[in-house]
Amino acid sequence: MSKKLVIPIGPQHPALKEPASFDVTLQGEKVENILVKLGYNHRGIEKACESKPYLHDLYLIERVCGICSHSHATCFLQAVEEIAGLNIPMRAKYIRSLIGEMERIHSHLLWLGVAAHEIGFDTLLMYTWRDREIIMDLLALLTGNRVNYAVNVLGGVRKDISEEEKGQILKAMDVLEERTKYYAHVTTEEITIKKRLSKVGYLSPEDAVKMGAVGPTGRASKIKRDIRAEDKYAAYGEVDFKVVSDDNCDVYGRALVRVGELMEAYSIIRQLIKKLPDTPLKVPAPLKIPAGEAISRYEAPRGEDVHYVRANGTDKPERVKLRAPTLANVQAVSTMLKKGYLADVTIVIAAIDPCFSCTDRMIIAVDGKSEMTWKQLREHSINWYKKNRGVDFTKVKLGMKE
Amino acid sequence: MILSLIKILIFPGFLFVFVLALAAEYADRKLYARMQTRIGPPWFQPFADFVKLLSKELIIPELADRTIFRILPLVACAAVAAAFLFIPVYNPESLFSFKGNIVAVIYILTIPTLTYFLAGWYSRSLYSLIGSMRVLTQMFSYEVPLLMAVLAPGILASSWTFSEVIAFYGSKGSLFCINVISFVVAVIAVQGKLEKVPFDIPEAETEIVAGTFTEYTGPLYAYFKLAMNIQTVSAAALLAAVFMPFGYNLGFILGIIIFLLKIFLIIVILAVVRTIFARIRMDQMVMFCWKYLTPLALLQILINIIIKAAAAQ
Repeated sequence: MSKKLVIPIGPQHPALKEPASFDVTLQGEKVENILVKLGYNHRGIEKACESKPYLHDLYLIERVCGICSHSHATCFLQAVEEIAGLNIPMRAKYIRSLIGEMERIHSHLLWLGVAAHEIGFDTLLMYTWRDREIIMDLLALLTGNRVNYAVNVLGGVRKDISEEEKGQILKAMDVLEERTKYYAHVTTEEITIKKRLSKVGYLSPEDAVKMGAVGPTGRASKIKRDIRAEDKYAAYGEVDFKVVSDDNCDVYGRALVRVGELMEAYSIIRQLIKKLPDTPLKVPAPLKIPAGEAISRYEAPRGEDVHYVRANGTDKPERVKLRAPTLANVQAVSTMLKKGYLADVTIVIAAIDPCFSCTDRMIIAVDGKSEMTWKQLREHSINWYKKNRGVDFTKVKLGMKE
Repeated sequence: MILSLIKILIFPGFLFVFVLALAAEYADRKLYARMQTRIGPPWFQPFADFVKLLSKELIIPELADRTIFRILPLVACAAVAAAFLFIPVYNPESLFSFKGNIVAVIYILTIPTLTYFLAGWYSRSLYSLIGSMRVLTQMFSYEVPLLMAVLAPGILASSWTFSEVIAFYGSKGSLFCINVISFVVAVIAVQGKLEKVPFDIPEAETEIVAGTFTEYTGPLYAYFKLAMNIQTVSAAALLAAVFMPFGYNLGFILGIIIFLLKIFLIIVILAVVRTIFARIRMDQMVMFCWKYLTPLALLQILINIIIKAAAAQ
């Protein structure tokens, strides 16, 4: 076998839920090199945010991701509220944390199923996704929606939690905790799972720091960092929880971290429900946000989410920049796959819990020394559309200085 | 002449095996679904799938060898259906009986695996290519323990002919239970032959799309799927005849019922195995087959030889 094969995994592949491309160079069944290509999902959300008022941006930002919609919305709002100097009532903070933890449960259960599917264990997929319905129904009950909860508003939250709903949440937590214990048992005892996950996708703590791994990916490599504990936003300062980490540094460790975080999430939700303070739900917020800038961090289910907002005194932001956790983690994939097998490629990719739609921002191709200026970029896009699509955009005027 | 034609074409020949294969697929899918807390397909789903695939457009890759690409599914179907003709159904004599037909059946059952390899090779697609490599590698791992396990019961009977093995164990009461080790080995190896979890490495969906069958569409894929299902039935019938050699002299109706029950039992075992494991890696599969399965099969052969020598004295 002297000839090398380059296997394209993506942009369309059964293992990937969203388009992204991984070119895997193979030597027999062994991976020699892997090239990550992103950029199939660019939706121009950041740019769109600049042309809409803050209230509309909130809905747009919530649609950055289908799984961690609440994370992005809260992260964005925290930045805006900081600039506006709003003091959020405690009850709103509690509800934000509560929905955030429920989102984490739903995301981690989803991940467990996806990971099981990647290693051909569809039974676990069916089981976890059945139990995920419990939390999805609960979210629908609390907010009216299963995916984009839209529970945040500028200055607080829009919906309260009644006594009856509290009871239902606690009941669901008991059921889920029981089920999660069973999954923890399955992942640690089942022999084929262990064979497929342990010692696969090794990422040493040094490499994790160098590659900037965040969230469960980093925590599974002994990097004990969690924004909830470091930068106690929302109501996380008021509850007791431990940062789950693991020293396996492989896919198995990442699975254990996520299962451990599920258990922590149940306990956090119980504490939040118990302590839920009696304050108003929101404070009045201005439409025009004073000039200023802020960076906000949030521990999304996949890792640290960063939003940057710059306001200029109008009702629209001047700049919104967001960095989803997947962008921080995806570079580590090629390190993890060194000397791995082809069979491990998809599970290692899945182990960072990638969300490529959240990740894709604009990409500027840099060849050698030259970088594209705005003018060149516009010229390039006009030519591209003329050549490939037969559409002429020369007469389209952009509402900005060139 | 007409009677043997009826036997070949209708019962217990091709039509019977066709219906049995679809029923086996239904049983497997329904069991798999129920164990995963899903509802599962209705009873006619396998047949509906077959008809639907037959009516779909056939696309042949530009670079593929058109003749071989078309012939291979039919060869696979023919081979597995032919294998079934040599296996006893309700009486100890199979439709065509000759000396050493157990060996012949094992050989014929290897042909479909080779067609899967060739199908991937001639598709000229990257995923198919890797799939076909994996088919071959996997075959070299499970085929040896399978052969040894299936032939082990024949050592005691001093024959590798179905009718003689059945007659020998039929007269010895529950002696066939001694072959339980090789039965376990054979069931695991058959799981590899049928390319099902945990050994569905050649068609691992999340790694190489559909493996060797990636480029196959429409009717040709339908025939490959059918061949897979008949292979399930043929392999189950083979295991039933060799490892459960009872209930063959009870007349037509009772004989058929017992035969179907035995096939069903094996399909249940295969479905349970498929439900409770994850897919293992190629290197782990090869390791597992040579490190555990082959020595176990050897152990059975050793036991049988010792018992035989002891009985002869």
